[in-house]
Amino acid sequence: MTDKVVLHVTRYRPEQETEPTIQEYEVPFSDEWVLLDALNYIKDKIDGSLSFRWSCRMGICGSCGMMVNGEPKLTCATFVSDYAPGPVRIEPLRYFPIIRDLTIDMTDFMGKLKSVKPWIIPKDEKPVSAGEYLQSPAQLDAYKQFSMCINCMLCYSACPVYGLDSNFTGPAAIALAQRYNMDSRDQGSRERLDVLSDHDGVWGCTFVGECTKVCPKNVDPARAIQQYKLTATVDWFQSFIMPRGAE
Amino acid sequence: MKSNPAYQEFHPQWYRTRVSPYWWLLQWSHAKFMLRELSSVFVAYFIVITLMQVHALGQGRAEHAAFQEFMTHPLVVLVNIVALLFLLLHTFTWFHITARALILRVGGKRVPDPLIIAPHYVAWVVLSGVVAWFVLGG
Repeated sequence: MTDKVVLHVTRYRPEQETEPTIQEYEVPFSDEWVLLDALNYIKDKIDGSLSFRWSCRMGICGSCGMMVNGEPKLTCATFVSDYAPGPVRIEPLRYFPIIRDLTIDMTDFMGKLKSVKPWIIPKDEKPVSAGEYLQSPAQLDAYKQFSMCINCMLCYSACPVYGLDSNFTGPAAIALAQRYNMDSRDQGSRERLDVLSDHDGVWGCTFVGECTKVCPKNVDPARAIQQYKLTATVDWFQSFIMPRGAE
Repeated sequence: MKSNPAYQEFHPQWYRTRVSPYWWLLQWSHAKFMLRELSSVFVAYFIVITLMQVHALGQGRAEHAAFQEFMTHPLVVLVNIVALLFLLLHTFTWFHITARALILRVGGKRVPDPLIIAPHYVAWVVLSGVVAWFVLGG
């Protein structure tokens, strides 16, 4: 480990400071290191007071999302060598309230996630004895891409609409709603309609498209939102033309 | 050690970052998005100009000649060049965006994005050809 990288890390210690500051750290690294390794090196060897979230280190848990040089990234999937010798700016995810250092508050996102009922709502619940709900590969293919979301919230940090108006339901929650709407085992789309077709739902999206670019799992939330706009429009026309037939 | 007088022990003191009114100037992709949104104004401008031309045509030769004279004013030509550039941006960006919103399946397989985008360009060229044929008195 002869190479070194300079990290400019956001610090916010609410008991000491009224606003965040930047602290510089010089960290040795080797080729296979990701930024999360560098942060853990700081925590273990330089400054144990640095706070950040992480868990799986393999792009599954979605905990270690941060702003890296102004871009939302999973730090476990971002190599230090791509940024060396730095300085690399590491900040907490944009548009979220900061609790401490690189840790943000995700209460708002969790509420939004719950509001779109991201679980299978079957019309008629089968008894366990009736066996599995069968699904063909084509039916799986219809929603599989949207099911890859790991709730890392990078898409929220990339979305200026959410930044300007936090009432916007946001990319991941809408993509997950669409994931269940498109699942052949689910008949709960009516229950998600109110949240999704609201002004703060899909219609809040102005299709900046950044959510899709930053998604580490290629979920393409922008596509999910535009698809739902189409669905909502067709539904509205159907209910307009056939007020009784649409029910 | 410095201290924050507003801090209460064991109570979180969130820090909320204010979004600058110039957020769209801080990132090129956001600036491109704003240009795309702005392009709608120029689409509306072209519609108004076209309606004005049709109206002038209905008023007679003299009025149409006056309108054409107005359209050759350097300032109008400059505005039209800018409007054309925005119109092209509008067309390109929305053609490409269409593929993102539309999912077509043929024989159980998803139609790839380029095959959704291409017909838009073909239709654009054909329709432009038809309009040019009319305008140039074919």
